[in-house]
Amino acid sequence: MAAEGAGSRPESRAGIHGWGAYIPVYRIPTRVIAAEWGWPDHQWKALNVAEKAVAGPDEDSTTMGVEASLNAIRRARIEPSRIGAVFFGSESKVYAVKPSATIIAEAVGATPVTMASDLEFACRAASEGMKNSIALVSSGMLEYTLVVGSDTAQASPGDVLEFSAASGAVAFVVGPRDGAAAVFEASYTYVTDTPDFWRRAGKPYPSHGEGFTGEPAYFHHIMSAVKGLMEETGLKPGDFDYAVFHQPNGKFPVRVAQKLGFTIEQVKQGLVTPLIGNTYNASALLGLARVLDVARPGERILVAPFGSGAGSDAYSIVVTDAIEERRGLAPPVDYYINSKVVIDYGLYVKFRGKVVKRRI
Amino acid sequence: MSGVGGLRNVEAWRTRIPRYRFLGARCKSCGKLHYPPLKACPYCGSRDLEEAQLPRQGRLLAFTSVYSVEEGGREESPIFVGLIDLGVARVVAELTDVTDPSRLAAGIPVEAVFRRISEEDDEGVIVYGVKFRPVPGAGEGD
Repeated sequence: MAAEGAGSRPESRAGIHGWGAYIPVYRIPTRVIAAEWGWPDHQWKALNVAEKAVAGPDEDSTTMGVEASLNAIRRARIEPSRIGAVFFGSESKVYAVKPSATIIAEAVGATPVTMASDLEFACRAASEGMKNSIALVSSGMLEYTLVVGSDTAQASPGDVLEFSAASGAVAFVVGPRDGAAAVFEASYTYVTDTPDFWRRAGKPYPSHGEGFTGEPAYFHHIMSAVKGLMEETGLKPGDFDYAVFHQPNGKFPVRVAQKLGFTIEQVKQGLVTPLIGNTYNASALLGLARVLDVARPGERILVAPFGSGAGSDAYSIVVTDAIEERRGLAPPVDYYINSKVVIDYGLYVKFRGKVVKRRI
Repeated sequence: MSGVGGLRNVEAWRTRIPRYRFLGARCKSCGKLHYPPLKACPYCGSRDLEEAQLPRQGRLLAFTSVYSVEEGGREESPIFVGLIDLGVARVVAELTDVTDPSRLAAGIPVEAVFRRISEEDDEGVIVYGVKFRPVPGAGEGD
């Protein structure tokens, strides 16, 4: 589809120079979790999540973020010292106080002359980093930024959340329009104070406000952001080749697409949660990375991450000719999806530190 | 005491850059590379060294397993330690993502990954660095 429309907005001065993914090798099938806790089949089958990715015992949101970042920088083909900001979006930070962003910045070689911060907005924090990056680049304040979304999502054993709470990371190098593999056209953000999902300070597992989860939170915020974007730009669902939405499970992104007038054909390439579970801050952005793995120059992508609490951003992105030379510089998302080892529930609880031990 | 970890944290902080970025040292006298970087070349003793980026892909030459692990590492037991041929250098590093030890063998391709190396306890500083894992899809780990 021809890319016309919102070309004069500030967003159009920024683009994606590199994208990178990382998914741990371990998988636990949803049916195994259900059997462990005695859930009936309909409870897990309705989510459309076959299995979820599980971080190994020496992995965390920081280590996965570094791997995804290295892949993004390989594709961007830039000296890491040119990165002027590292934004790390996660709700499974390894430190309550001390930035993970400095560890990532140091590991990839972006230090010391760089901004670095951890952002928190449930699953939407990395997307806020993306929007901040667009602002910093389009204003000319910075040349390149690194946006990282990474989570080892927590779920209390036996909670329905355990079916989908997964581990994975994604990263993007955002920079000027010239030389970008894909350029931003427009963005629209919609935020309210809605208590659909939260984790209190010091608590190991999150809580979910059942009545708020679907319509008042996920659907209302994503639909408001996407409709806002389309109203401001004049774009319609048919103008997009791909549409990627936040994916707390395998059914919500399909339903929100249909409500907004998108087809399953536009959505399916960006669906990753049915294959690896919900990677929270990496969820929709990993879907975007999977689209960039196959998208052709001139194609237009809608991406709409969502975070509980609650808010959503909608972005319109147009792929450029430069994408072809970047694609092969790092492993595609499907390489990580297909590189897997299935583990049982015992190994899963040991890896995720859910076993109470005494010092020996 | 203020600051958990004391001297161990200082040592980890001083060595973080080569450990995070997998940087070795090249001897300007004999040309050989080594890792982790030392103040003098372990081959000829020269102190005329320069920083060198090591390749992140290599082949496993030999390995051993450690069943008695430090407190805090029980979830990772047993630990596998490998001698890895990077072409330009040979390094000793911990192996990770070893899901089937019977498939560890001399010659399998391995790749560097950024992982947790150690932590004193759940209040201390986490030490990160490079480990190696069997390349997924190329033998063990697929």
